[in-house]
Amino acid sequence: MSSPILEARAICKSFAGVRALKGVSLAVHPGEVLAVIGENGAGKSTLMKILAGVQAPDTGDLLVDGVGRSIRSVQEALSLGIALIHQELNLAETLDVGANIFLGREPHRWGWIDAGRVSREARAVLGQVGLLVDPGTLVSTLTIGQQQLVEIAKALSVKARVLIMDEPTSSLSDHETQVLLRLIRELRAKGVAIIYISHRLGEVHGIADRVEVLRDGENAGHLSRSEISHAAMVKLMVGRELSQFYPHQTHPSGEVALEVRGLRTAAYPAHAVSFEIRAGEVVGMAGLVGAGRSELLQALFGVVPALAGTVRVAGVPVIAASPRDAMAAGLALVPEDRKHDGLFLEMGVRENLSIATLHRDQRVGFLNRTKERDLCAEMIPAMRIKTPNTEQPVQFLSGGNQQKVVIGKWLATRPRVFLLDEPTRGVDIGAKQEIYRLMEELAAKGVAVLFVSSDLEEILGMSDRVLVLHEGRLNGELSRSELSEEAVMRLATGGNHSTAVAAS
Amino acid sequence: MKKIFGILGLLIAVCLVTASLSDSFLSAYNVENVLRRSALFGILSIGVAFVIITGGIDLSLGSVVCLVGCALPWLLTVQHWPVPLALLAVVALSLGIGLFHGLLITKLRIQPFIVTLCGLLLYRGIARGFTADQTVGFGNEFKSLRLLATGKVPFFPGFDLPAPLLFLAVVAILAAVFLNRTIYGRYLLALGRNPQAATYSGISTQRMTILAYVVSSGLAGLGGVLFVLDVNSAQPVDFGSFYELYAIAAAVLGGCSLRGGEGSIVGVLVGAALMQVLRNMITLVTTRNNVEFAIIGAVILLGVVADELTRRIAAKRRAAQVLQGATAA
Ligand SMILES: Nc1ncnc2c1ncn2[C@@H]1O[C@H](COP(=O)(O)OP(=O)(O)OP(=O)(O)O)[C@@H](O)[C@H]1O
Ligand SMILES: [Mg+2]
Repeated sequence: MSSPILEARAICKSFAGVRALKGVSLAVHPGEVLAVIGENGAGKSTLMKILAGVQAPDTGDLLVDGVGRSIRSVQEALSLGIALIHQELNLAETLDVGANIFLGREPHRWGWIDAGRVSREARAVLGQVGLLVDPGTLVSTLTIGQQQLVEIAKALSVKARVLIMDEPTSSLSDHETQVLLRLIRELRAKGVAIIYISHRLGEVHGIADRVEVLRDGENAGHLSRSEISHAAMVKLMVGRELSQFYPHQTHPSGEVALEVRGLRTAAYPAHAVSFEIRAGEVVGMAGLVGAGRSELLQALFGVVPALAGTVRVAGVPVIAASPRDAMAAGLALVPEDRKHDGLFLEMGVRENLSIATLHRDQRVGFLNRTKERDLCAEMIPAMRIKTPNTEQPVQFLSGGNQQKVVIGKWLATRPRVFLLDEPTRGVDIGAKQEIYRLMEELAAKGVAVLFVSSDLEEILGMSDRVLVLHEGRLNGELSRSELSEEAVMRLATGGNHSTAVAAS
Repeated sequence: MKKIFGILGLLIAVCLVTASLSDSFLSAYNVENVLRRSALFGILSIGVAFVIITGGIDLSLGSVVCLVGCALPWLLTVQHWPVPLALLAVVALSLGIGLFHGLLITKLRIQPFIVTLCGLLLYRGIARGFTADQTVGFGNEFKSLRLLATGKVPFFPGFDLPAPLLFLAVVAILAAVFLNRTIYGRYLLALGRNPQAATYSGISTQRMTILAYVVSSGLAGLGGVLFVLDVNSAQPVDFGSFYELYAIAAAVLGGCSLRGGEGSIVGVLVGAALMQVLRNMITLVTTRNNVEFAIIGAVILLGVVADELTRRIAAKRRAAQVLQGATAA
C-alpha cells in the first residue's frame, strides 16, 4: 500500500475537566475511505478538528506526506489540502449559498468579487452533491438537510487531497445519502483520501475500505475491508454485543390520541394533510428532505402557524398558537435542529433539562430546586448522558449527548403525544437503542409517538405504521405488514400505494 | 460569583488609591455622598441589566430620568397636583414608556437599539418642551418628600446611611430573588441565551421581553424621582444626560454580557459603585473635571480586558490540571 498522506501519532487533548483524546493514532492513504466510528463522546470530532487545524493538540505529532507538521490554523490545513466538513453546521445564514461556498476565498479581480465565477463554480459543486438550488438562495431559507449539502459542496470546492466528513449524512435522507456515497466513490477513484464519520453502520459497511474504532479517547481497534461487519463494529465500539437492535413490539392501541384534519402549512399551502394516531402507537413519518415533514410537526406544535385545519388531542380541539399552548394540550416536540431550537448551549445540563418543566413544577412562581435536582438525578442516568457534572455547559458535550439532553427535557413534560424530528440524529448505536427503548416504553404507557426520520432502517425497525410524505402531500400509509424499504422509497418519490406495495 | 472578584478587586484598588491621594475621600461626608450616588446609579444599572440579560439594550434611561425628574417638580409646583397623584403619574409614565418600548420591540420587531435611541431623543425633547427649557425645582417646599432622597438613617454614631441606599437594597434584593429564584428569572436568562430555543420550550418570549423593558424604564423612573428629590431641581437640557452610559457600563463591568443571558445583581452593584468612586476620585484628586470621561473610559476598558485575561488564564490552568491528573493516574 502507498504511504499515508496524513498521519496522526499519539494525539492527546484535554478540555477543562475532560480528557477527550488519550494518545490516539490514525493514518489515511490516498484513494481510500477510512471510516472512524465510536460512541458519542469517544473523541472523533475532536480528533478531526485537530487534523484540520481547528484545534491544537496538547501533545502528539501530525505528519503530512510523511513530513512532521504543526497544523495551527484552518488556513494552514487547507493549504496542505486538508478540508473538514464539521459535524455541526457552520454556515453564515444571512448570506446566500454561493457566498457561503466561497466564504473567505472569494474569487476576485482588483478586490471585486467575481460574481459570475462564484455563481458558475457554485452551481457546479452543488450539482455534484445533487442539490438543485440557485446559488443566490439565502441559506436561512434552506432545510437542515439542504444546508448540510451546502457544507459538503463548500468542502468539495476546495479540491482537497484529504477530505474529512464528520457525520455528513446525519440529516440527509436515504436518497441524498446515496448521492453522497456515489460522490465519495468518485473522489476515491480520483485518489482523494477520505475520512468518514457516521453512526449509521450500514453506510460505513457500504463505503469504508478500513474502519478505525475509537472508545473513550483511545484506539479501540481497527477492521480491514474483509473484517467489516455490523457485529464486529458494534463489538469494538461498545465493548460488548448488542442483541435485538430494534426493541419494537406492537401494543394494543387505544383511543385516538392525535387527530389531524386538513392541516395546511405555509411550506405547502396547496396540500391538506389528515391522519390520526392512537394512544400506544409508534408512527414513523418518512419522505425526502424538503417533503414538509418538519413543517408539519412544527405546525402541530405551534412553532409555525397552521394555515388551516383542525387538531385534536384526545378528542379535545387544540389551537396551538404557540408551543406553550401545544404543551398545555399534552404535546412535546424534539426539534430537528438541536443547536438552534433545542438547547441553551452556554447553560448547564441541569438548566437545559428542566427548562420545559419549570412552569409545571413552580412554587407560586419560584423555582422548585428540589424537583430540578431530582429531575437530573433521574434523567442523567436514565438517558445515560455522559457529562462530568450537572452544571457542565451543554456546548461541551458531544453531539449525541446533547441530543439526549433535548429528549430528556421533553420526556420530563410527560406528554400524551410525543413528536420527534430526527430523534437519533448524530446519536451512537448504544444511545440509539436507548432512545428506541424509550419510545417503546412511552408507547407501552399509552403515549402516542410520531417520529420523523430520514434513516430508513429506523423507520422500518420502529414503526407500527408509516406515513409517507411527498412534496407536502400525504402520499400513502403503510401498515407494518406492508412495510419494506422499496415501498417507502416509492411513496417518498411520488409513486402510488398499490404499485408501491405490489413492487415489494 | 467568581466573575465579580476581578471587578471587586478593581473597586478596592481604586478606593485605596483615592484614599492615599486625598484625605477627604474617607471623610464621613464624602463616603455618604459616594454611597448616595452609587445607590442612585445602582438602581438605574439594575434596570438596564434586565434588558441586557435578554440580549437587548436600553439607551433611553437617561432621558427617562430627565423626563420624570422634570415632570415631578413641574406637576407639583406649576400644576399644583397633590403629591400622591403626581407620584402616581410619574410611575405610570415610566412604566408606560417601558411597555411602549417592549411592544415596539416584540410586536413590530424593531431593534431595541433603534427604539430606545429614539426614546433617548424623544423624552428629553418632551421634557424640554413642557418646561420651555427652564429649570424646574422644589425651592423650599416639599421638604418631607425630599427626605426620601436626602434623608439619613443613623447607622452608627457619627455615620448615617443615605436613604437611597435603602431603596437600592430593596430593589437589589427583589431583583436578585427574581433572577435567581423564580422561574421567570430563569426564563429571562434562557431568552437571552437562545430566543429560538426559549420559544420551543414554551416560554412566552414576548412577554418576558416586554417585562424587561418595563423593569428598566420603571427603575429609571424611580431613579429620576430620587435624583430630582436629591438635587432639588432639574435642568431639562442636561439632567440625567449620559446616565444610560454609566448604567450600561456598570452592568457590563459587573458581568452582564451584551450578547445576553448572563449577569448577576451583585456584580452590577459593584460595577455601579466603581463608576461612582471613579468620578469621585476625579473630583477629589484632579482639578480638571474635563478628563473625567477619558479616565472612566480607560478604567472600564482595563476592567474588561483584565476580566478576559483572568478567564483565559483560569481556563489554561484547569486544562493543565486535567493533564497532570492524567499523567499521575
Ligand atoms: N470544547 C470542549 N470543551 C470541553 N469538553 C469538550 C470540548 N469539546 C469536546 N469535549 C468533550 O470531549 C469528548 C469528546 O468529544 P467529541 O465531540 O470529540 O466526541 P465524538 O466522538 O465526536 O462524539 P459524537 O458522536 O457525539 O459526535 C466529549 O466528552 C466532550 O464532552
Ligand atoms: Mg462528533
